[in-house]
Amino acid sequence: MSVETAAPRGEQVARRRRFFTRQDKITLGFFIGIPTFLHVALVWFPAIATIGLSFTYWTGIKIEDITWAGLANYENIFFNTPIFWDAVRNNTIWILWFFFIATPLGVLLAYQIDREIRGHKLYQSAYFLPVVLSLAVTGIIWNFLLRPDGFVNGLLGLPISEAISFFGDERYNIWVIMIMASWRHIGYIMLLYLAGLKAVDGALREAATIDGATEWQTFRKVVFPAMKPVNIIVIVITIIESLRAFDMVYIIYGSSGGLPILGVLVFNNIAGEGASMKGAAYAVILFLLSIVPIITYLQQQFKDDVR
Amino acid sequence: MTTTVKVPELPKRTKKLYAQDIKDRFISIFIGIFAVVWVFPIVWTLWSSLRPYSEIRAGGVFSPPQELGVFNYASAIDRMELPTYFTNTVLITLPAVFLILLLGSLIAFVVTRYSFKFNVAMLLLFTAGNLLPPQLVFIPVFKLYLLLGDLVGDRRFLYDNHWGVILIHVAFQMGFATFVLSSYMKTIPKEISESAMVDGASVFTHYFRVMLPLLRPPLASLGVLMITWIYNDFFWALVLMSTDNKRPITSALGRLTGEFVTDYNLLAAGAMIAALPTLIVFFVLRKQFVGGLTLGSTKG
Repeated sequence: MSVETAAPRGEQVARRRRFFTRQDKITLGFFIGIPTFLHVALVWFPAIATIGLSFTYWTGIKIEDITWAGLANYENIFFNTPIFWDAVRNNTIWILWFFFIATPLGVLLAYQIDREIRGHKLYQSAYFLPVVLSLAVTGIIWNFLLRPDGFVNGLLGLPISEAISFFGDERYNIWVIMIMASWRHIGYIMLLYLAGLKAVDGALREAATIDGATEWQTFRKVVFPAMKPVNIIVIVITIIESLRAFDMVYIIYGSSGGLPILGVLVFNNIAGEGASMKGAAYAVILFLLSIVPIITYLQQQFKDDVR
Repeated sequence: MTTTVKVPELPKRTKKLYAQDIKDRFISIFIGIFAVVWVFPIVWTLWSSLRPYSEIRAGGVFSPPQELGVFNYASAIDRMELPTYFTNTVLITLPAVFLILLLGSLIAFVVTRYSFKFNVAMLLLFTAGNLLPPQLVFIPVFKLYLLLGDLVGDRRFLYDNHWGVILIHVAFQMGFATFVLSSYMKTIPKEISESAMVDGASVFTHYFRVMLPLLRPPLASLGVLMITWIYNDFFWALVLMSTDNKRPITSALGRLTGEFVTDYNLLAAGAMIAALPTLIVFFVLRKQFVGGLTLGSTKG
């Protein structure tokens, strides 16, 4: 951050001091103050308050009514709420599916498109399309294919009375949701990865090919290691997205818990009639689960600044 | 990929390249088939939205269409009160995006152009804040809004009000904007700022006259990305609003799905209309959208 000038040190300090007139100081104060106040007041303060509230009983009407609960809310969740474990199971499936299937597919897709295979521009557009849609719209669109008198049941030739209930039947529902979520996630990862691949030196790849490396070897030994920063970001995004999932499941199931996931459980316990500090405890659990990816992300992005 | 010089010297290699060519053809076809599968759900919804639901109930999903038209769209706009929801969306999205870009660029400007002790800490605060789960923040924000409402004597001062939703979006997304803009600003030569300061420009002039014009490209990308994100937000408008017809279109879809469950094709039309602005982003502003998305993830 030091200014490289030939001027003697004393003079430089004097000059720098002159820059900050009283008016400048006030301007700077406002420039930093207003955004920081807003951010702290509406993000950090509430986040810390929620952590505190998770150790209390409160119906949420008068502040005087708050009573200390210790770990009771957490005990309640861990030992007396079987649906919590169902949600944990579903979120785990979600993470594993994204991690081992959707994300690698997005990466491979990006790699092939980056190689400019025939039709790559068109393909890129096709896979990109779902990324701009909201998850709410995504839910409605897929409902069109999967409802009892929808396309898939029609294709299977099943009349409505014998139709498969893709969202209701526990044998299918989590996988159907995984496919829907991947529909958007694969395109998202593809876009992120493509941007990273564009930055990888083409000569590296050329050299590998000339040395007789196969396509797969080139990718695994040359491209993939060169993409380390992007790989980390992609993994972090994959985990955070899987933990936060809410919109699409909510639009299909509402609060019914037809497919319990953590995002919906938190929602059911913090919003509307059922609000209690058990919801705060749920939110804290969700936060603790995402703390590792958050820190990994920050480390990756700030490694140049903090040495 | 290959230069003409290399081809004649190694016949073995050409043979290998030929094999790769065939492999690529297969890969291309395979990815192509899936690309069709990928757009199919949208095409199918579009197709359904052009037919009356009664036809499908009578003849099944594959029945040949007797009637095709935009009647579902007209009826969706009318019966679902879509203009109201779209107005709400505009009233929330535009001020929110404007404030995010303004406040985010202010912080990024100060942090990258003036050296303080807490530069990195500030940046970290904003970036980390952006990554917190919204659910962790909700309860106190909700109480705070009600409390402030009671203080000014109007419970709907922030809760159940556009401004409440705008403020929470601004507070959250400002973190992302700060991060993206500060990494962009680091690439702008320091000399530009120095010469402005030597010329005696005030901090105010330095920001508005010198830096802001240089920030146009990332602001455009970020603006498009933010519009899409806030347009697509479902959670905040759902929990911070109780009056349904104050909600923006995306959050309103939840209720509309329940209400029009008996007429799927009308719902298809509604969903297509709700998707329209994001489809415009896809067709017209994709460069900015992708630019904004990747600016944040790969540091330019």
